Amino acid sequence: MQIDVKEMEFRAVNEAIRQAEGDCELTGCRGQRFIGAGMSGKEIVIRGTPGNALGAYLNGADITVLGNAQDAVGDTMNDGKIIVHGHIGDAAGYAMRGGKIYVKGNAGYRAGIHMKAYRDKVPQLIIGGTAGSFLGEYQAGGVIVVLGLGAGDKPIVSNFPCTGMHGGKLYLRSDCAGIRFPPQVTARPADAEEIAALRTILLDYCAAFGYDIDVILQGPFTVATPDTANPYRQMYVAN
Amino acid sequence: MKPMEGQIRIPSGCAIAAVIARDGERMTGESVVASMRPMHDRSNGLGGGFAGYGIYPAYRDFYALHLFFDCRDTRKACEALLKEGFEIYHAERIPTRKIPAITDEPIIWRYFAAPLQSVLTDLQLDEKEYVVRTVTRINTELKGAYVFSCGKNMGAFKAVGFPEDVGEYYRLDEYEGYSWTAHGRYPTNTPGWWGGAHPFALLDWSVVHNGEISSYDANRRYIEMFGYKCNLQTDTEVITYIMDYLLRRQGLTMGEAASVVAAPFWSTIENKTDPEDKAKHIYLRTVFPNLLITGPFSIILGFNGGLMALNDRLKLRSMVVAEKGEKVFIASEEAAIRAMEPDAENVWSPAGGEPVIVKVNEGVTV
Repeated sequence: MQIDVKEMEFRAVNEAIRQAEGDCELTGCRGQRFIGAGMSGKEIVIRGTPGNALGAYLNGADITVLGNAQDAVGDTMNDGKIIVHGHIGDAAGYAMRGGKIYVKGNAGYRAGIHMKAYRDKVPQLIIGGTAGSFLGEYQAGGVIVVLGLGAGDKPIVSNFPCTGMHGGKLYLRSDCAGIRFPPQVTARPADAEEIAALRTILLDYCAAFGYDIDVILQGPFTVATPDTANPYRQMYVAN
Repeated sequence: MKPMEGQIRIPSGCAIAAVIARDGERMTGESVVASMRPMHDRSNGLGGGFAGYGIYPAYRDFYALHLFFDCRDTRKACEALLKEGFEIYHAERIPTRKIPAITDEPIIWRYFAAPLQSVLTDLQLDEKEYVVRTVTRINTELKGAYVFSCGKNMGAFKAVGFPEDVGEYYRLDEYEGYSWTAHGRYPTNTPGWWGGAHPFALLDWSVVHNGEISSYDANRRYIEMFGYKCNLQTDTEVITYIMDYLLRRQGLTMGEAASVVAAPFWSTIENKTDPEDKAKHIYLRTVFPNLLITGPFSIILGFNGGLMALNDRLKLRSMVVAEKGEKVFIASEEAAIRAMEPDAENVWSPAGGEPVIVKVNEGVTV
């Protein structure tokens, strides 16, 4: 069902999505926040520019944005999938604890900040282009992948990646020469097992944007994980 | 006693936006007012404002002084004070539209004026410095009078209300300028009042700001040593004075001023490969440590002939830039840019501390 949301207030947009039977296509979207918040069992396609906190607390619904998305996409999402065919703003996947976010273009600052995982809930944030500073800040779990497609000579990630990282895994499609990681993080080339795991992770992403998985898997991959031999400890109290 | 910055706290938000036509094409204020609508929820109705550049071509050689007065007597007293040092070429009420959303307005006037040459000679001051001193004096000493704009061929318009309503109230559809900035306020630490709305303007500088200055008191104490007075009950005004100090009085470039207020971390400077650039950053951090602005901010500085957008070095606030033809758009959210230009291109987010400086093309008279 197509819904023209031009000039509609954000509460009305979500109400219209909830009332609609089956899947929705929103047109004329311009900055309405919280679209799809907490929703499950629906596919939502968005034309225009959705506002901040798109898919916050998402609980199984699929959202596709045919354009750019703003800040805090998938804030605390639990399940479902958000596909962005353009760039994504700051703090994408903020505290996300399940589900998937696929971005075709670049991500702003703090992508994957405080992502976490629990048992079978392992969120994935995959960025096709480059990522801004503080990528994976305070990452506690889940998987972040940055592909650097179309980055040219630009570094795949800006300053201070993995600051405060203490869980999860971060893959960068780069040899990461010149990129400084904090001392509490280990960055090393991906091994064969990890490349195999990446293939599984990236198959669905490649299908979403029409990429050839074998081409994407070419090139060096660096893996960043917390250094268990050098954890954060005694930062505040001795315990 | 009126509550000053730091004595009260209200939770925060704020929206900023701007547009400039590099070819000098004149636009009414309608477009930038429209940009604030999709960001409505970033404001709470306690302040909205705009600055327009190129809006007073008929009076381009005069300082356009915009003032709030609490009563007729204050206006008379202020006019008497102004006449001591200025030739007032034209004086009038700023035209407004009565709308239900904007109430409790002060008396709002504008004066197109020029400092008297005899006074400048006597005081051995250039005219800009004299204007700054006069404005500081009025805002500090004359109770009930506030100069909220004092540049040439530009003007700030601000009020308590949502920005969309403030634009309508000041009839910005009837002005034409080549550059506009906008602000929707969600006050953080001080009450909403007319003088506390953004932009904060001094000479042709105007600042709209989303954020909260953690270093406010350090910045204030330092800048007040140079004659500025922070008396408008909010943190943003200090940014305007810092910019005036660094750009006009110290003669820094825009890029250098940005490197002072949003200085890179020492670790980032340490890793710079260009020795000249590295030495310059060490110099700027060493000479102006008290003008480093910490805490989250995104600001747009307007000036005659251009705009500069800047984020704090950690980029704790959002900012998006886009282009279309000769126009450049800046806003807290891409949706706001789409409201000004649905087909905007080259959408990108500047990094923290990376100034975006846009000037009108060479040869364009503004």
